[in-house]
Amino acid sequence: MTTTTPGPQARHTAVGTARTRVEGRDKVTGAARYAGEIPLADLAHGWLVLSTATRARIVTIDTAPVLSMPGVLTVLHHANAPRLHTDYVGMLGTPPDPAAVVFQNDQVPFAGWPVALVVAETPEQAREAAEALVVTYDEEPHATALIADDPAAYAAAGHMPAETEKGDLEAQLAASAVVLDEEYTTPEEQHSMMEPHAATAMWDGGRLEVVDSNQGAGWVQSELAQLFSLDASSVRVRSEHIGGGFGSKGLRAHQVSAVMAATALQRPVRVVLTRRQTFSLAGYRSPTTQRVRLGADPDGRLRALEHRSLNQTSTVYEFVEPSAGVARVMYDADAHRTANHVVRLDVPSPTWMRAPGEAPGSFAIESALDELAERAGLDPVELRLRNEPEVGPVSGLPFSTHNLAACLREGARRFGWADRDPRPGIRRDGRWLLGTGTAAASFGAGAMPSTALVTAEADGSYTVRIAAADIGTGARTALTLIAADALETTPERVRVRIGDSDFGPAMIAGGSMGTRSWAWAITAAAAELRERLAGAPDIPPEGITVRSDTTAALGALAQKERHAFGAQFAEVAVDTATGEVRVRRMLGIFAAGRIVNPLTARNQLVGGMTWGISMALHEEAVRDRNTGRHYAPDLAGYHVATHADVPDIEADWVEDHDPDDPVGIKGVGEIGIVGAAAAVANAVWHATGVRHRNLPIRPDRTLAVSAPQPRNGAADA
Amino acid sequence: MKEFDYRRAHDVTGAVALLAADPDARFLGGGTNLVDLMKSGVERPALLVDVTELPLDRVESTADGGLRIGATVTNSDLAAHPEVRRRYPALTQAVLAGASGQLRNMATVGGNLLQRTRCGYFSDVSGPCNKRVPGSGCPAVTGEHHNHAVLGASDHCVAVHPSDMGVALTAFDAQVAYESLDGPGEMPLTDLYLPVGDTPHRETALPPGALITHITLPAAPVTANSRYRKVRERASYAFAIGSVAAALDIEDGRLRAARLALGAVASRPWRARAAEAVLTGAPATGATFAAAADAELAVARPLPDNGYKVTLMRNLMVSVLTELAEGDAR
Repeated sequence: MTTTTPGPQARHTAVGTARTRVEGRDKVTGAARYAGEIPLADLAHGWLVLSTATRARIVTIDTAPVLSMPGVLTVLHHANAPRLHTDYVGMLGTPPDPAAVVFQNDQVPFAGWPVALVVAETPEQAREAAEALVVTYDEEPHATALIADDPAAYAAAGHMPAETEKGDLEAQLAASAVVLDEEYTTPEEQHSMMEPHAATAMWDGGRLEVVDSNQGAGWVQSELAQLFSLDASSVRVRSEHIGGGFGSKGLRAHQVSAVMAATALQRPVRVVLTRRQTFSLAGYRSPTTQRVRLGADPDGRLRALEHRSLNQTSTVYEFVEPSAGVARVMYDADAHRTANHVVRLDVPSPTWMRAPGEAPGSFAIESALDELAERAGLDPVELRLRNEPEVGPVSGLPFSTHNLAACLREGARRFGWADRDPRPGIRRDGRWLLGTGTAAASFGAGAMPSTALVTAEADGSYTVRIAAADIGTGARTALTLIAADALETTPERVRVRIGDSDFGPAMIAGGSMGTRSWAWAITAAAAELRERLAGAPDIPPEGITVRSDTTAALGALAQKERHAFGAQFAEVAVDTATGEVRVRRMLGIFAAGRIVNPLTARNQLVGGMTWGISMALHEEAVRDRNTGRHYAPDLAGYHVATHADVPDIEADWVEDHDPDDPVGIKGVGEIGIVGAAAAVANAVWHATGVRHRNLPIRPDRTLAVSAPQPRNGAADA
Repeated sequence: MKEFDYRRAHDVTGAVALLAADPDARFLGGGTNLVDLMKSGVERPALLVDVTELPLDRVESTADGGLRIGATVTNSDLAAHPEVRRRYPALTQAVLAGASGQLRNMATVGGNLLQRTRCGYFSDVSGPCNKRVPGSGCPAVTGEHHNHAVLGASDHCVAVHPSDMGVALTAFDAQVAYESLDGPGEMPLTDLYLPVGDTPHRETALPPGALITHITLPAAPVTANSRYRKVRERASYAFAIGSVAAALDIEDGRLRAARLALGAVASRPWRARAAEAVLTGAPATGATFAAAADAELAVARPLPDNGYKVTLMRNLMVSVLTELAEGDAR
């Protein structure tokens, strides 16, 4: 046994047991303080002023009247803000988004771009002054609509190759007995986390301290240190409690502007985004237009698969929503072609949002497979089982584990799929037509280098320090269970401290990689600590601390296709007279590695599935076609699913253990949303006989394809 | 946010006097709409006159068998009132179809009727809107309007009134009583809202500074067989994209009386008198219901992206009337 990869889990007792959150009492009693509500003496408040122009150059910013308003301390903008160092690549392999690097020039590349920060003694004074600030623009023509065949689109890589190709696609399509060629679209979607972004910046003894709400304290710390040309050791970022992130909580305008103001004023400054401001400043999921071409033999075996995706990005930052990537994992074909393209528009920069790529990509490919099953006269579950790849369809690498078939079979059994009549539009319950649908899912299971500190205290307890982030996932609790097992003690004797960049570099809460990456580091440190304790019976008052770094262990991992898998099943009711669609029940079965805490893991999976319902039926950020500005950007205008939209939803899992991971974890953060929207859309087809290839399936769209139905006294429920 | 004063009124005449003393004063009921508008900068009052302590929080039977509803009765209390549930079931259904439990506990009857449109252009002070800034233009006509008006709108404004409660009250011939500096007054609810025309910023016929004090519902046997159905873009907590309040009195298969009002299709709750004229005296059949719906929608003028509402309202009227007829027959 080595210190970094303890093998058998025979001694584990806490991992796998359902535990409520260790900070749960603090959260429900309000004792847990979030970044925007931590009391602080001498605090000043900044309010961001956003551009009302969509593509423009700032001509004037009339600060004088605002500076004389009550309580106003300063106004920061491009003419007086410090120039920042932006020529670097951050820890996630991306340069800083210029939308976060505020006030560097007079260009406005999209509506809602930050043009100034007004700082005052109170938030109310800052807001009143910010709304009074007059900014004039020299406006230019803009383009904000994503169009499928935009000639300006180009292939873009992002985190994976832009394009993959094998075989002769046209020849295989020509040789196929069943073919499909359809276009699917998904709209702009917003993270809609409960807690908007907030940061407080202050200088303390020559050290910059930022109290923030983010997905990685060390990540934001390293970005701020780079931007402001500071030693990493002179910047500390803390982020203890986070009310949701979903990909949006990295480096943003609120932290950067708060640091600028705290530096200029030499006093603590807090900047909190409003819900409306998050629509343009916090990233979003780009709309996509996707084209899928499939060709199959009569038995459903795929001969040809093409999946092309186009998303928009801003003119100042390239972000790829890699929707075509999902086909590189899920399905093989003799001819296989995938491509991710982007086009630059005068829109805000998109970013990662829960299951980037897989969420919209699975809507297209899993809808297309359902259509293929219909055309081939095959059961949709059986079609997927017949197209299980032996190895990575594009990489040729072996899978670490591949338990999709188990998910499909277990899900079908529990959902009652065997009794399903495949014919659409024939089941009625009063005014509702009923239907069921399914879809498959996958999401990458990775780990990134992390460090952890584990201390054996003199009183026999243990303290774990790691710059992890609990963005609502239950990570703090999961890591407590993992540390307890690794230290061969009980969770009650372990205190896990997270969300502090001073604890050393660690993976962010993102990519479904957080818990696995952090658990690896904690397990490694704990193993070494146990060895140290075996040779040192007396623990000094300051305790004995061991630090781990998983960089080498992760670098030694064999190259494999590592993914979580899942199968989604949905039953819907559709009233074709009113266009209403209701999900009646939903079941997701997942193969997502070893489940650390069943309580919070189920919460993650059900949360993802719920978002899938929301994606299928509700969510769409609307942009005015004339001005290019958001229309009604708030939670009244942007609909997410309510409780009433989610009546009966269940998530469960099958045995799935990754033998290369010390805890066997794969991650549950994103797999829940993958395929969920397609399962709902496929069920809508089964209910009505009408395919919906454009999300969300809103009543106006359902009605547009349904003839008026005079109901001449037909029996009704 | 602009600073403002806050005063609590203890009697109706005092409330009206307080408001009259300051041209930038507003009455504050539950605040579920006004406070949002203050946050977005649409409303910038210098003074809020809190009317929630006024003695207008009762629902009482009138001598003729109707109901007199105080303006500060909360939506929750109105919906739960036994006489409302028994005599005007569509009113309870309409109130419960709106907002959320928390909002209904705060929101008042008077405030509900005077709430403003939820058109996204109206609430965005950085852009034009004829209702907010007269003469500045209506971006909805060529912009986002999939949930805008198909009835009674003009080129100047296509916003819809968001109330559910008001749709049922409109169907039931509600009267609005108010108090102004000139004394008390009363008008039918259908007269409260002014036609849009070229003055969408002028929304009600109330005298300046008037306070709604009561809503009166006349007695009418037809209202006991009533129903409200709301279609929205999720199952709860969303404004309607179309709604119907309907009441039918059927005798021997014929419609002795019919009441019908539509929501989310116009700048006001829309009384469907053309449909009622077709229904009254006609046989209670699907053909009658379809003809009634068509008669009402003959004057519909949809925009490029809200034509579905005409289909939706036709289907919804037929569906609700059919349900009522079947329920009555049982």
